[in-house]
Amino acid sequence: MEQFLQLLPQCLWDGLTLGVVYAIVALGYTMVYGVLELINFAHSEIFMVGAFAGTEVLLYLQTYGYLTGIPAPVALIMALFVAMLLSGGLGVLMERIAYRPLRNAPRLVPLISAIGVSFFLQDAVRLIEGLWKNAFYLTAPSIFPASIEISTNLKLPVKSLVVMISAVIMMVGLQMFVTRTKWGKAIRAVAQDRDTSSLMSINVNRVISLTFFIGAALGGAAGTLFACQYSLINPYVGFILGIKAFTAAVLGGIGSIPGAMAGGILLGILESVGAAGLGIATNGAMGAEYKDVFAFVILIAVLILKPSGLFGEETGDKV
Amino acid sequence: MLRRKSKVLVSVLLLVFSFSMLGGCASKAKTTGDSAANKIKIASVTPLSGAQAALGEQIKLGAQMAFDEQKAEVEKLGFTLEFAPQDDQADPKVGVAVAQKLLADTDVLAVDGHFNSGVAIPSSEIYAKDNLCMVSPANTAVGITDRKLPNVNRICARDDVQGPLGADFAAKDLGAKTIFIVHDKTTYGQAIADEVKKQATVDGMQVAGYEGITPGESDFSGVLNKVAVVKPDVVYFGGIYPEGSLLIKQMSDKGIKAKFIGPDGMDDPEEVKIAGAAVIGTYYTSPAADISRTPAGKAWVDSFTAKFGKAPSNWSAYGYDAMNVIMEGIKKAIVANGGKKPSRLQVSTAVRAVSGLQGITSTISFDDKGDNKGAKLYVAQFKEAKYPPAVVKEVNAFK
Repeated sequence: MEQFLQLLPQCLWDGLTLGVVYAIVALGYTMVYGVLELINFAHSEIFMVGAFAGTEVLLYLQTYGYLTGIPAPVALIMALFVAMLLSGGLGVLMERIAYRPLRNAPRLVPLISAIGVSFFLQDAVRLIEGLWKNAFYLTAPSIFPASIEISTNLKLPVKSLVVMISAVIMMVGLQMFVTRTKWGKAIRAVAQDRDTSSLMSINVNRVISLTFFIGAALGGAAGTLFACQYSLINPYVGFILGIKAFTAAVLGGIGSIPGAMAGGILLGILESVGAAGLGIATNGAMGAEYKDVFAFVILIAVLILKPSGLFGEETGDKV
Repeated sequence: MLRRKSKVLVSVLLLVFSFSMLGGCASKAKTTGDSAANKIKIASVTPLSGAQAALGEQIKLGAQMAFDEQKAEVEKLGFTLEFAPQDDQADPKVGVAVAQKLLADTDVLAVDGHFNSGVAIPSSEIYAKDNLCMVSPANTAVGITDRKLPNVNRICARDDVQGPLGADFAAKDLGAKTIFIVHDKTTYGQAIADEVKKQATVDGMQVAGYEGITPGESDFSGVLNKVAVVKPDVVYFGGIYPEGSLLIKQMSDKGIKAKFIGPDGMDDPEEVKIAGAAVIGTYYTSPAADISRTPAGKAWVDSFTAKFGKAPSNWSAYGYDAMNVIMEGIKKAIVANGGKKPSRLQVSTAVRAVSGLQGITSTISFDDKGDNKGAKLYVAQFKEAKYPPAVVKEVNAFK
């Protein structure tokens, strides 16, 4: 028990860092689900493309020696900008090619095309990086190497602080955009009732494109932050993270933006505490390998008590 | 208008697809069209796509190099040879499907593969149906040869040697009192971690923790936070380099001072790229040491680099040796069969009988199970952030 208390502060912090990454990715799932009732399984690959784009920018700056010349936050902002633009554009393109033609098809059909897009993007990135660099594992340069020691049991790496701050800015920005602007209102209207909002002279297609752009841009930004935090990326890095982020969206109540944020952070902390604490709690019978089981047991418990998730609204039917 | 545009788009796409299909058909016709009596195919099966594609590609290139070198000699005996690289995607289901395909093609006489023990075991059961010879370059799981299949051989050392060596090295050479074992829950990683755990108790070390991580994840702070509190002398990781290198990096980020030892899955140039300067001082045990430390090995590395435009990983040498064993076996089987095309059983018998073949990694002879009597194990340590690391210990790995 004493051992557990010793490692708890660090676990909470590490879990929080992982959790905000889950949260931003979960936003992409939840926003698209909100407007289209479509689970965009290719979102995990948008995240991966963002990670590659951001890393390539940082690597470019490093190769040409700019990385030492400009302050690290500026380099990060440049990487984030390129990653968000690229993955946002990719999100819009994906919707246009893979989902819009299927909008009135049965619900399972776009789900299949999402899986197709996902495979396509994984192998496209692998191909491009393979031809270009002869390797598809990229290591992002560490631009925030320092760390702050609070106490012997808690050490805050600057990079995780950066992840946290960027994530908070993005989440607050998104919340303001959705609740305070005209476009945000249009998104909410389309989410409520697509047909009626088109009668209210809202350009539904444009709103859906915008939703995809924002969701994907956030996913791309999360990718870049992820690359800064954990440094190693490959074309398959989105798969497990995407599943976790989707879980976070369900935990928080899919379709709900604050739900995705809360779900992501909760899942990150559960996992981190589970990984360190399960072995101690069960006296070695269950180790860190059960952390996902632990997290998903909690998910199931939440869904039994509150089937629409923590922040979800009761609706008739869901996929 | 929009409708029409998308129709045009669709038909263009269809056109492109049908062309690529045509291309596929044409090349297929070329390979299976002339199934003559004197045709011999040798396959390599490794992951060529997916997360382990880099390793699989290296083994394939090694195999291809040996094949190209030996091809003319076998063709002098009156056969045409073809090298058929296959992709098992590091997935047992795909591996078995590829195995079925190879089994059905009667021109295939031997297989150089697979890379993952978990894929090799079910696939070799398929090969065994018709005694199709398999020479495994890199499978260390004990189950590969302990089933005593007459068609299955391996070049590298076994896990039950590598695990104890890791523990012995920690206890005797590093003087460790406590060891924390992490594994990646795979057939390979957990098996080796179990062996380390067993031997650690025998060597009088205290096992301070035994935890699993999920391959494909990037955040191992949960496990490492525990390591930071337990403060073991040594952290042993049973697994492959993508996770292992991240563990090393995150250990150093957290200021964990424990020494790091891994198995041969850590033996890859990428480890340095991923872990960066944190790699300095870490160890791994491997059946292959830096190939270029001997003059013969150096020459081999140079010719590999010249041929393929990139440096080999140590695994390439296994693919190379496995293919050389296969070619040697096929030559012998042809001679023994009076110059006629040998049966698969004859090839398997001839390969098992290969003795004293000088390879790049070791001198190869097989015992009655198909284990290599000449297999060696090395302990390597990164003295600087550069691959390959220095060899600090060499052990005979056949028992």
